[in-house]
Order: sequence, then structure tokens, then C-alpha cells
Amino acid sequence: MSFLKSKFHHPRLARNELGLTHRDYEGSLSTLCAGCGHDAVGAALVQAVFELSIPAHKIAKLSGIGCSSKAPTYFLDQSHGFNTVHGRMPSVASGASMANRSLKYIGMSGDGDTASIGLGQFAHVVRRRLDMTYIVANNGVYGLTKGQMAATAERGSTTKKDNKVLWPDIDLVTMALELGATFVARSFSGDKEQMVPLLKAAICHEGFAFIDIISPCVTFNNHATSTRSYDYVRDHIQEGLIADFVPVTSEITTSYDEGESNDICLHDGSVIRLHKGSNGFDARDRLSSLDAIHKHRENGEILTGLLYCDPTYRDMHDILNTTETPLNSLNENELCPGARTLNGINNAFR
Amino acid sequence: MASITSLNECVIRFANTNGTGSASANNMFAKAIFRMGIPVSPANIFPSNIQGMPTWYDVRVSAQDYMARREGAPDIVVAMNAQSMAEDVENVRPGGFFFYDSSRQIDPALMRQDITFLGMPISEICLREYKAPNLRQLFKNVVYVGAMAALLNIDIKILKDLVADQFKGKEKLVAPNVHALDLGFQYALTHFKCPLSIRLEKTNKVGSRILINGNTATGLGAVYGGATVVGWYPITPSTSVVENFEKYCKRLRIDPASGKNNFAIMQAEDELSAIGIAIGAGWNGARAFTATSGPGISLMSEFLGLAYFAEVPMVLMNIQRAGPSTGMPTRTQQSDVMTCAYASHGDTKQVLLFPSSPAECFQMSAQSFDLAERLQTPVILMSDLDLGMNDQLSEELSWDDKHAYDRGKVLNEQQLDEVEQFGRYLDVDGDGICYRTYPGTHPDKGSFFTRGTSRDEFAIYTEKGDEYVQNMQRLERKFETAAEILPKPVLHPDNSGSSTGVIYYGMSDVAIAETFDLLAEQGHFIDGMCIKSFPFSQTVGDFIDAHDQVFVIDQNREGQMRKLLIIELEQNPAKLVKVTHYDGMPITAEFISQSILRDIIAAPVKRAAKRTGS
Repeated sequence: MSFLKSKFHHPRLARNELGLTHRDYEGSLSTLCAGCGHDAVGAALVQAVFELSIPAHKIAKLSGIGCSSKAPTYFLDQSHGFNTVHGRMPSVASGASMANRSLKYIGMSGDGDTASIGLGQFAHVVRRRLDMTYIVANNGVYGLTKGQMAATAERGSTTKKDNKVLWPDIDLVTMALELGATFVARSFSGDKEQMVPLLKAAICHEGFAFIDIISPCVTFNNHATSTRSYDYVRDHIQEGLIADFVPVTSEITTSYDEGESNDICLHDGSVIRLHKGSNGFDARDRLSSLDAIHKHRENGEILTGLLYCDPTYRDMHDILNTTETPLNSLNENELCPGARTLNGINNAFR
Repeated sequence: MASITSLNECVIRFANTNGTGSASANNMFAKAIFRMGIPVSPANIFPSNIQGMPTWYDVRVSAQDYMARREGAPDIVVAMNAQSMAEDVENVRPGGFFFYDSSRQIDPALMRQDITFLGMPISEICLREYKAPNLRQLFKNVVYVGAMAALLNIDIKILKDLVADQFKGKEKLVAPNVHALDLGFQYALTHFKCPLSIRLEKTNKVGSRILINGNTATGLGAVYGGATVVGWYPITPSTSVVENFEKYCKRLRIDPASGKNNFAIMQAEDELSAIGIAIGAGWNGARAFTATSGPGISLMSEFLGLAYFAEVPMVLMNIQRAGPSTGMPTRTQQSDVMTCAYASHGDTKQVLLFPSSPAECFQMSAQSFDLAERLQTPVILMSDLDLGMNDQLSEELSWDDKHAYDRGKVLNEQQLDEVEQFGRYLDVDGDGICYRTYPGTHPDKGSFFTRGTSRDEFAIYTEKGDEYVQNMQRLERKFETAAEILPKPVLHPDNSGSSTGVIYYGMSDVAIAETFDLLAEQGHFIDGMCIKSFPFSQTVGDFIDAHDQVFVIDQNREGQMRKLLIIELEQNPAKLVKVTHYDGMPITAEFISQSILRDIIAAPVKRAAKRTGS
């Protein structure tokens, strides 16, 4: 069941440029387990969209099947949502975007949905450079079917039922980088401060933005021998580049010492401001990112933060040369060549 | 030996090797006969490979308008493939003609006394005339077409015009092709008695009809029907639907002001993705389709169920073939009827359309988008390889400029403001079809969450049994509405209230006029009905009820349409007689009439046979 939340709120809640509070961006009451990382991802998304002042109805949220794919019900109530079939959200999102390029598309998926049954669709949606934000709430385990290991679980770790993970894991972040994603980040559902600016930047990025969010499963993968538990992730996380998101309309007030920060200007004029962490690498250089990810991995560390961004690349619609007018708004006048033209075509077959 | 004598009534078979460029020469031959005003029906029988295997091209010429494949041996064989020579000689009808390349001596063991051998040293001639090896091979095809023109009395000027048409923009190629035609034509005139006893003569039997294949018409129909989004994955024999859609879009769908495309086509990674794209676009308000064949249908089935339950409009062009795997799949069949009618898991049902000609492919393809948006469900166009890939003599394509697209029940921002409470699955009008909204329409009304079955009338997640049942009953109501608005079955114009009926669909329709004539010769006059859509309209049940015995023609082993009639209309199986043809070749009138004569209960009557075809 999904339950509607009370719309009652404190009269002095902060309002955004549209005069809306963050409560206006919430969804139904979550039915996920208490403490599930996915709810934190949803909350970060609510805050990000609220702060960006994007009208929720100009966003479409799509998902596949799994705990993570249920999550879109619990945020952005005024957005149309589509719970599709297991592992096939990318194709439905592609078609939706082809039909109307003027909306923002947020895909919510999980490790099973993306790294196993949907790996092919994931690879091709990256390659297609679809203008969307693709979030994987990654907990390394199958929740709805009660605790089977996922393809993102590390070899050697064990499930709650003490089954050893026998196969090497798939790292979706390096895959996305190899396949040409133009925005790649990794985050942790326990770190809202990191998630919100990353989500804002991903949503404003015109092109395929991928965020892998480690989002522990409190019910099936939070035990001592798991490498996706809250404790394990907290102990092994390494924040690479600290990213601030500076929206297009904001005055830039904070100043940083020269050489300490780097700006990446997005299409809409907003800016990702990067501060060098101790593990500095160049987020505009794909190879440098891949190298940093691999090195941390060898040390048993999980590198998080913005990993790569290239705001200059053309997206799917640019490549297809699609008209700016949403295709779903075209009618007979633009689409039907008419009887006279058909007569000419008939003659070509005589 | 008596040679066959006929005028404008024969079958010519070209035996070629795949990948030698024979197809365009053979097409030109058929087109020349068409331009002489004689009804003609060409069919390509090709292997599932790229180069080197035998391929045949059968051309049936029939002033009586018998356009189905003719049973039995061809009257003339043009043998250009040494590999299949023995089989090809054997396959000539007694009294017929065997035209071959005599550059190499024919094996004396192959000679037959009951047919006429016409040898022409085509390879030698091309070796002498052309330097480049690839041209020698290519022009062999044109040379034999020139020779056939002399032998059959085809107007050589028509052939020359066709060459000019074919190489418009590449004029350099016209002269050498015309020369090749002349080489063949003159050689035949000099060395054989022309024309043969099987010959052609100009008539005006073609009228305003055109020669076009179904896939071209289907792709063009999607352009006229307003399709803007396509997801697809290549598979024979459906590929050319999308290729033709793209070809015409590039000509007719570029926005003149911006130079940008009023369409978006995505070649996907597989059929699952292809249909996912169409569903995503349909959900978001664009007219979208995908095209596939048997294996693709299997892969798309899960998504078809989602679209059924989520009530998303989309169109699927299924160009049926034998299957699975490779080989026989380049042959025609109607073997996906059952799997499409009930595609997917759960209690599902799908809307099917059955075109019987390219003109109908065009019209139904365009109409399918109206139906999909009106009914908010997938619509599957059930074509087949024979219809899709072979040129057919068809009524011309027609379009009414007054026709406005039916975009179905969609609420815009103003309409949402006027609604007290929007319920996505609320049956406001009682026809089972509810109102939907496109994403992005209204700031705080009309958004909903799309899922499969677990929702109430307001699209709120629920697992309550009674809400589920209510929704399933409404979907049933929607399909009753569908049965009322889908294309009606076509009753045969010669129906005379006989106690025997015959039901057919798709390409079997092409063999029916000839079937009726063959039956009439035996004193049987039966009624016919061509099914055009599923779920069945009332007329289908009425037709069965009005006859004591009804034959159902299927081009599959299972008699799938017959089974569907039995299941859906709760008909007595004993009354519906199965006639099935499934060897991969199109069904023939001889086969249908023999099958009917074998099992018909009604006694023949003495009445003059009425020739419906002439």
C-alpha cells in the first residue's frame, strides 16, 4: 500500500523561487524498511529538486523492478512516474525522452536492475548519451527476494545467510566511464551533504549523468561480513573531489584560494566548483578518473564524489538532429504529407 | 511434343545464385509485364545467407487476376545457376521451356524430351562484351531479361524506359544496361522462333493498381499515421518496414525552417529495448512503433504485457515468418497468431490487425496509431514475409486529407482544471477507456504513477483483490469496445447464402477468387469471409452461425486462427474445419480448393461456373 502524507507543515518553512516548500516535492509515505538507504537518496533528491526550483511536473521519474525501483513513489508526487519491467527502465526512458525532450528524466535503479538483468540496457543507454540522471541505489543485495547476492557485491564477502560471494563484482562507475557517460559520480546514502550537490549537478548536466550511491540494506546486507554495511562503507570511504553546486542565478560569495578550486561550467550556466581533496585527480580527464578509482580500490577504499564531467559533449537529440519542439506535440499539419504527395508516391510504383 | 500455348497466363521461374545482382533484373522483368497492363505477381524465394546459395524468383502472369502462387511446376525456367540445374530442369512443366546458359555444355543426362531447351551462350557473350569481371556477372542478368523479352513478346521499349528510371541520376549506367538488353533481345530474335507459344500481349487489366511490397506500404503508412518515435532491431523480414519509414521521413519529415527531424529513430541493442523505446514514447504522448518478426515477438512479450496493463498506446508491426533460428525463417508463415493474441504473462489480450494487401498495409498501419491511442493499448499489425517483402499488385495507396488523427482521451491543462478529481483508471464514459495525461501537463493535477496491475482507479498502489478484479473487468470492457471499432471482416462479394463458409485472413485472401472459381467448376458455391482484426467483431460469430460447415484457412500447422475462433467465440470445433499450409511457401488456390473438396459435406449443384476472376 502507499499512504499519502499529511500536507500540514510549519508556516515558516523555507520556500524556493517557485514559492514551494520542500514538502511540496515529497512523495507518498515510504514502505521501505526503516533505515533503508534508499529513503535517504529520495530525501536528498527532494532537497536537490526543491533547491533547484524545478517544477516537479517537468520531471518524469522512471524505474525498473526492485526495492530501489519502488522508491520513486516516495518522492516527487507531482512528477509522472513509471514503474516498468525488471532491467528495462533505460529503454523506456529513451523512448520517453525521444517523445519529449523538454522534460527532465530521472531514472532510479538498483544493483540487480542495472548490473544484472539490465546490464545490456544500461550499457546502451550510456552509449546513447541520453539526457537523464541515472541513479543506482547500490546495496549489493536483492532485497525484494530476501537476500541473494548482487553482481555488485564484492568477491569474498558473505551474505547474511553466510553464502560466500564467488564471482568478481561489476563496478558500474568504471563501466559508465568506459562507455562514455559524460557525468559520473559515486556517493553514499549516509552522506547527504555530498549527495545533494552531486544530484543537483547531475540534473542540470545535459547528457547522461550517472550516480552510483552506496545505499546499505539494513535488513539483508548490514552484517559484519558485508562490504556494503553502514559501518564498512564509513570505514572505507575516501572522498576524492569535494563538489559544490553553484546554481546559475546565485551570486558567488565564497572565495577559495587560487589553485584550490576548479570550476566546471554546465550548459545552463550553473557551475560545479571542485575543491581538491587529498586524492586530487582531474575530473575532466577520463583516464585520470579511472586510474584514481582503480588505485583506491586496490587499497580497499571506495572513492566517492564527482569522478568525471564533460559538459561539452552532444546528447542523443543533438546526435539525432531532433526538432526542438517535443515530438509528442506535433500533429497532422507537421506529420502527414497529404494526399497529393501520396499520388506522386503511387506513380513511382507504376 | 506439344508445347504449352497460352496468352498472358503463365509462370516463369528464374533460378539464380544469391548475391549475383539478379534481383533487380528480375524485378525489372516483372515490372515490364505490369507496365504492359497484365496482372503480375512476383515472389522471391531466397535462402538465409549473403552469397552463393541458390535463389529463385517466380513470376506469375495472369490476365484472370489470379495473383496467388500457382501450384506445381513453372511453364518456363530461366536457369542461371549451375548448382541447381538438375533440379531446375526437373521442375519445368511438361510442354514448357528451359532457357539456360549454353556457354558450358549441359549434362546430356539432364535432357528431357517433353520440354523445349533454349540454350544461349550468355557467359561467352558477356566475356566478349565486358572487361571487368563484376560487370560480366551483373550484365548476364540483363542479357537474359533482353532474351526473355523477345521470347515472350515483351515490349523492349518498356524495358529500356525501366532502365532509364532505375538509373536516374546515374545516367552513365543507362547505355551499358540498354546495350545488354539489346544483346539478349537480338540474340533471341536471331536464334529462336519468337515469340514462343507462351506469350504476352498488352492489355488494360491492371487499371490504377500499383506494384509495391507490403513493408514499403507499412513504413509509409506509419509516416502518414503520424508516427514520430521508432525503436527497432534488425530482423528479416521486418527490417525494411523501418528502413522505408526512415527513407520517407528523410524526404517528407524534415522541418523546413530548422532543417531538423520531426521524427526520432533508434536502432536498439535488442528487441526488448526496441519495444521499451516505443512504450516509453507512447506513455509520453508520441505516436511510436517497433517492427519485428517471430523471435522478436517472443522477446517483446514481457513488455507487451506491461503495455497492456499499464494501458500504453504503441504499435507493433509483426512481419511473420517461419521460425525459430535461421534458415526457414526466410520463408513465409502466419504462425504468430496465437502468441500475439495472448502475448505476455498474466491475463492479457492484444489487438491484432490482419492486412491482405499493400494498400491495406498502408491504411492499417496509419490507422493503427489512431486505434492504439483511442484504446490505450498495443496494436499489432500482422503482416508476413510474402506480403511484406514481395511486390504485390495492389490498389493504389489512398489518403483522405480531411482525416484528423484521433489522439484518444487525453486531458490538457485546462481540462484538468475543470475536473474535480482526476482518476487515471476511472471509467468515466463506461466504455472501459479512461482519461490519461502526458507528463508535464499541469503543476499540481493529473500526475500519476504508471504500473502494471497493482493500482486503484486513482493509480494509487494497491494489492486489494476487489480493486484488482474491478480493473480487470474494466479492461475486459475496453476490449469489447475494441471489437466494435476495429476494422470489420470483409464478406466475399459472391456470397449467396451457401451452407458452407470459408474464413481466411492475411495473404490467404489473395488465393480466394481463384479458389472460388475452382470450386465452382466442381459445382460448389461457398461463402467467404476475410478476418481483419482481433478481438473478433459480432459479424465473425454471425458468419459462423449462418453456416453448417466452415473451413478456416491458416498458414501454420496448428490452425491458430481456427483455435482462436473456438476459444473466443465458444464455437463447436467439429463445425470449423482446419485447412493448414505451412511449408514456407505461400498457400495456393489449388491447395485450398482440394482441401475443401476433400471434406465438404454439402453436395455439389449443377450450375454454370461463374468466373469471378475475369
